[in-house]
Formats: sequence, structure tokens, C-alpha cells
Amino acid sequence: MSDKKQNETGNTQEQYSLNDDRRVKVLSPGALVARRFFRNRLAVIGLSILIVMFLFSFLGGVISPYGQDEQFYTYTQMSKEYVGFTRNDAMRFVVADGQKFGSIAQSKALDAFKKGQTEFSYKDVDYTLEMISEDTYAVYQDGQVMGYASRDLINAADGGEAVPFAVKLAALKAEAAGESTFEADGTAYELDDAGNILQGGTELGYISRIVVSAADPTIVITRDFRERLEEAVDRGDEMFNYTDENGETAEYDMEYDASTDVWSVKQMTDTYVYDRYSAPSKEHPLGTDTNGMDMLTRLMYGGRVSLIIGFIVVAIEASLGILLGGISGYFGGWVDNLIMRIVDVFYCIPSMPVIIIIGSAMDAMKVDSWTRMIYLMLILGFLGWPGIARLVRGQILSLREQEFMLATEAGGIRVWNRIFRHLIPNVIPQLIVICTMGLGSTILTEATLSFLGLGVKYPFASWGNIINDVNNAYVMTNYLFIWIPAGVCLLLTVLGFNFVGDGLRDAFDPKMKR
Amino acid sequence: MSIFGHLCHYGKTTATRSRKEGTSQKVRNYIIKRILQSILILFCVMFIIYALLRCLPSSFAQTMAIQLSQAPGAKPYEEWLAQLNASFGLDMDIVPGFFTWLSKAIVGNFGDSWKWNVSAVAKFNEVVGLSVIMGGISFVLSLLIAVPLGILAATKQYSRTDYAITAVALVGISLPTFFFATLLKLVFSVKLGWFDLFGLVGRDYAQLDAWHQFLDKANHLVLPILTLVIVSIGSYMRYTRTNMLEVLSADYIRTARAKGLPERTVIYKHAFRNTLIPLVTIIGGSLPGLFSGALITETLFSIPGIGYVSYQSMVAGDIPFSMFYLSFMAVLTLASNLLTDILYGVVDPRVRIS
Repeated sequence: MSDKKQNETGNTQEQYSLNDDRRVKVLSPGALVARRFFRNRLAVIGLSILIVMFLFSFLGGVISPYGQDEQFYTYTQMSKEYVGFTRNDAMRFVVADGQKFGSIAQSKALDAFKKGQTEFSYKDVDYTLEMISEDTYAVYQDGQVMGYASRDLINAADGGEAVPFAVKLAALKAEAAGESTFEADGTAYELDDAGNILQGGTELGYISRIVVSAADPTIVITRDFRERLEEAVDRGDEMFNYTDENGETAEYDMEYDASTDVWSVKQMTDTYVYDRYSAPSKEHPLGTDTNGMDMLTRLMYGGRVSLIIGFIVVAIEASLGILLGGISGYFGGWVDNLIMRIVDVFYCIPSMPVIIIIGSAMDAMKVDSWTRMIYLMLILGFLGWPGIARLVRGQILSLREQEFMLATEAGGIRVWNRIFRHLIPNVIPQLIVICTMGLGSTILTEATLSFLGLGVKYPFASWGNIINDVNNAYVMTNYLFIWIPAGVCLLLTVLGFNFVGDGLRDAFDPKMKR
Repeated sequence: MSIFGHLCHYGKTTATRSRKEGTSQKVRNYIIKRILQSILILFCVMFIIYALLRCLPSSFAQTMAIQLSQAPGAKPYEEWLAQLNASFGLDMDIVPGFFTWLSKAIVGNFGDSWKWNVSAVAKFNEVVGLSVIMGGISFVLSLLIAVPLGILAATKQYSRTDYAITAVALVGISLPTFFFATLLKLVFSVKLGWFDLFGLVGRDYAQLDAWHQFLDKANHLVLPILTLVIVSIGSYMRYTRTNMLEVLSADYIRTARAKGLPERTVIYKHAFRNTLIPLVTIIGGSLPGLFSGALITETLFSIPGIGYVSYQSMVAGDIPFSMFYLSFMAVLTLASNLLTDILYGVVDPRVRIS
């Protein structure tokens, strides 16, 4: 292989005369730099990392089937409180329609009932008690019924209207007397053995001692359900299956709470929730985050945000730095002095604390995420230019003494062009190096701020705010797929910029021999 | 005067008395000029910071006024707000407000911190020690690791060792502090259980005797110091390597080699001593930075040093403490710049003041 190569070069050399320029391979300065750059292994690794990261961030977002803030949902089995079941053992007072009989009066009545008295008075009003059974009594005042108290409860039939007070009282009386028919408000009713109140064959309500209270008002408790539940409680079951009239079967867990004497019946329901922290799967190769968003997609968009912010900030820094550094270096004297003092002032402003303060102020002002991101870029840019200005000025101070500047002066080129078309291009190599390194550090600063919750905010993704989730120690220990990939992406990208910057520095510097 | 002495020591021994005095005069004038310049810069920086803080909406006074006005029999909200604003100096315009603040700050009265309910300086004195200890230990450790490695890399330029060291240095620079700290926590606190996740003292700190209290604190500082060392090691390593390479390409090293000196002597006696010049300056310049605390690392590990305390103050919108901290940071930056420049003149006799 090497022999062949030697032969070829030997042949070509023979074709030209000794002083022919073509014998020497001529490389432009740019090609020389590129050659030196590509000979540096670390720089090539850095460049490959950067290419991969750019493709991942900019192309990935296009390819990914999901949106940046698309949320995913899932069904999860959740045990939800359905009803509470208890056997009534207390005398429950039912006040007649349109009457006032307060709770103190009710307790007076109960007191009298327990003592077996048939009369009591409260607030100078005399009441009489009518004992209906051991479990029921009614209260009258001047022959008018105020209400009744009973351990039995009268429930309306499924889907029916509430049973009127008079019917309730008459039914209880009939039950106590063991009669199967009774009359209330001039209408005839029947009462069967199961405690059902019927009117002309239609069921109106029923007497029972069981209280089933729904956990939320949308739950309708049918009589059948009550009875099944009662049977299950009597059997002492812990599980309870119920098939409703539509044939749908639901499963319930029952828990007995001894202190309140209530069986709480919980239903296992499918609840539609955000698919939070789901483990990596085929649909979501890196799982989902705390908001049920696809992690891989977030990572891609996060990279896009981090890189774009980095570029814009460095562009602001570079333009300010070149402008002020160029002017300062070219003119020297008091202009230089003034600009350099401004540079010193900016250099002295502690940037991280200032950005933290502004960030938390923006939190307080509830600035929206988009505006916030723009402010972040502007602030980072305006605080970062002094380094570049110093570099440009330093280089130009020595460059302006060279002969080509004398030539531009003799040629009558305008000052503006002298600075920006003849001096600045000579600083470009150093600028490229410092900007490449600056990109890495800007991305790092942005990520740190986003990590603290003061940079890029939801719904925008950034590698920093993805890692922010580790503030929750549980996420840190159990959901590694959330934060490790983002951290690795961040590290690799910054590393890529630093490798490339380092390689460029070596490549641009002709003094560095290999 | 000490600078004058050093310059004499390194300077030409044949210099006459009058020339020495001339140099000393120059040095003194230079330092005075730089200090005056620094004061002017500091003034501008303070004004910018003050204006910035005043422009931000400070809900603190409003919140406090609401609380105070809700107390039984209290003054109405507006009166409280006016009183609080007056007591905080918020009722004045920015320019007079700044000068009022400055006149107090010059004599060391930075006002009472809103968040900590003590004066800003008192809070600073309380917490700065911890930061200095932490910063100092990690500074010394990272130098002890970075300098020998940097020299090794430079002497074996373009070898595998050099590549490895350069790569490690760049990884150190590129490592996001918060990510690295979290990884350390995951490995050493959660998986291995060697250290606590947060804080400076353990749960049973109060029951321990003095020696164990010390050990407890030391144990809690291991991870933060490790983080600081790893994150800062890279730049020192690169700095040492670059400077060592520069020295190694100098003529006197070629001379030393030509004389047939052993390579050990060339590197450790001739080259290393000259590498120390930029190293000493950068070390001197880093010293003021030890007092500024490690804002991110301390916050991540909830170590109550100046960094964490000031972070909490800044997030809470505590203007007096933030003002104090920012001014202090500006002073530190100026001091380290000045120190670096002066040290350059002290350790390197070739540097002439112009």
C-alpha cells in the first residue's frame, strides 16, 4: 500500500522539472488549518459528538411522532371510595314539612322518650310524645305533629320521588301495629312483609335500618345493591361483586372501620390519568416525565432550545464584543480608556447572582415562558461580551501597527472599513475559538439556571429543566431514565464544543508543531 | 515596600540605588492608580446593581405591610406600606436612594436582611467561615491533583497520557455541576448510603460529643468538596499544561538539555520553577474567590455557607442582603484582578510597569 503510494508520487515528480511549482503540493491556509484540526483525535471526536447532537436535536424533533408538550394518558386501577354502609342504631329525627323543631328540642324529646315520659317542655312550649313502638315515637304540639324519630328509615323506591312525611309516619305506625294497609292524607297504601310501601301496586318506598351513603352525589344506589351489600356484610366478606341490571359487574373492596361502625365500600375503577413516569417502552423509549410527556421527544426539543439559546447568546456577545473591542483597539486613547472601563464594570458584575435575582423576579411577575426565554438570552448576552471585547482589542492593538494598516490608510479606506474589513478578519481565528468555547459554557449556564427553575420554563423543554426533576428525591433514586439521559446529552454537547474549540486553537496556532 | 524588595531581589543586581527608587516609585504609583480605578469601577457596579434591584418589583414590603395591617387594631395597609418603604429607603428615587445606601454601606452598615432578620453583615460573618473552609480545602486538593498531572501531560505531549489527561480536564470543565452532584448523591448517598443527601449536620448531631460533631460535619462536607474539586480541576490542569509547554519550548530549556543535564533536572528544576510564575499569579488571584462561596454546590447540598444563604436571599427578594452580597462579589473580583496583576510584577522580574 505504502509502496504503491510512493511510486505514484515518484512518477508525478518525474513529470515536472525541478523548479516547477506543481511539484510541491500547495495548501491554502484554510486547508492547513483543517488538516491540523483533523489530525487531532479529540477534536474529531468532539466534532462527531456535535454532529450527532445537532441531528438529534434538530432532525429528531421533526422525526419524532410526538409533540414537544404532548401529554399521554393511561388507565390505572384506582381504589375509590364508593359508598359507606352502616346499620342505623340511633333514633333519627324527621321533622314534619313546614315545622321548626331544632336539634336542642330534638334532644329534649329523646331524653323524654328514654325516660318514658310522654310530655316535655322546651322554651315554655309544651310538647307531647306519642310512643309508636320501642324504636319509634312522634312529637306533637297542640295536636299538630312536629316530627317523629325512629331507628327505621324510609327510603324512596329506585328512581321514585321522596316519600311524603305523612306517609312515612303512617307507614311506621302501620309497621308497629303489624297492619298491612294504612291511610295517609286520604289515600290508601299497603305495607307488605318485606317493609315495602305500595300504592295501588306501585312501589313507593321501603322501610329499612340500613344507611348506605354515597361518596359522591353522582352515585345512585339501587335497592338491589343495598340488599346485596347487606348480605355481603352479614357474611363478613371483604370482597363484594355486584352485577347491575345492565349486566355490568363491578368489584368492591369492603373495609370495616370499628370506630365509626361503618363499612367503607371501595370500588376499583379505571381512572384516566396522565401517564407519569412510565418506564421505557416501545412507544416511549425513554419513558415519560412527570407531566406524562414523551421523554425522548422532550430531550430532542430540549437540545434544540439549549443549542439555539447558546448560539443566540454567543452571537450577541460576539457582535457587542467585536464592535466595542474593535473601536477601542483601533482608536486607542480616551476612547479605549472609556470602553475598557465599561468592560471592567461589566466584568465586575457578578453574572450568576444577577441572573438568579432577575429570574426570581420574573417568577414573581409571572412572565410567560416565551418572553422569559428571550430575556434570558438578552441578559446572558449583555453580561458576557467583555471577554470577547478584551480579546479583540488586544489583538487589534498589535495588528494596527502592521504595514497593511499603513496601506489601508494610504489607500484612503474609510475608518469603519479599516476596522471591520481589514482588522477584524485577522482576529477571526481567535474569535472562532473563544466563541466555540463560549457556546459550551453558555449552554452550561443556561442548563444550571433551568435546573434551578430560573431559566427555561415549562412547557418548553431544556436539558436543565428536565434534570430539575431530581429535586424530588424519589425521582432521583427510582426514575433514572428521566434525568440520566438529559445529563449525558448536556455533558456530551459541552464536551463536544470544548474538544472542537481546543482542537481549533491548536490548529489555528501555526507555532504549535506536531 | 515588600514589592519593592521583591523587585530588587529579582531585578538586576547592578542597578544603582537611584534606579531602584525610581522603580519603587513607579510601582507605588501604579498600585495607587489601579486602586483608584478599582474604586471608580466599584462605584459604577454598585450603582448598576442598586438600580437593577430597585427596578425589580419588590413584593416584600407589600407582603409585610399586608401582614402587619391585619394585626388587630393595626394601622391601615397604606400607612404601613409607606412606613416600611421609608424605613427600607424605598421611598426615594434611585439616585438619592443609592447615595443614602452608599453613605451607610461605606461605614459597613448594609442594613438588616429581610429574610434573616439580622443585619446583612452579621449573617455574612455567621456563614462565611464554612464557605472559606470548604473552598479552601477543595482549592488545595484540586491544585495538588491538577498541577502534577498538568506537568505530566506537558512533558509527554501527544502521548496517550497527554490525551487522557487533556480529555479528563475537558470533561471536568464540561461537567454540569448539578448533574455531577446528583450522580454523586445517587451513588454515595442512595446506593452506598455513606453520606446524607442534604445538609451540614446529621439528625443526631445534638447528642454527639464535640469530636463526633466534628466528624459528622466533615462527613457531610465530603461530597460537596468532591464536587468542587472535580469541577475545578480541569481548568487548573489545562493552565499548568499550557504554561509548562510554553516553558519547555523556551531557549534556556534547550540550553539545559544541550549541557547534558538529566531530563529530571531539566523538567523539575529548570522548567517547573518557571511554570510556577503564572501558577502563583493565578493562585493569588483565586484567593479572594474563596470568600464568595460556591453558590450552586452549596445550594445543591443545602450547606449553609455564604453561597446557599445568598441564593435563598436572592430568590426571596431580600434587597439588603443581595445588595451586600453583590457588592462583596464585585469587590472580590476587583481584588483578585489587582492581586493577579501585582503578583505578576512581584514574581516575574521581566514584567515592567508601563
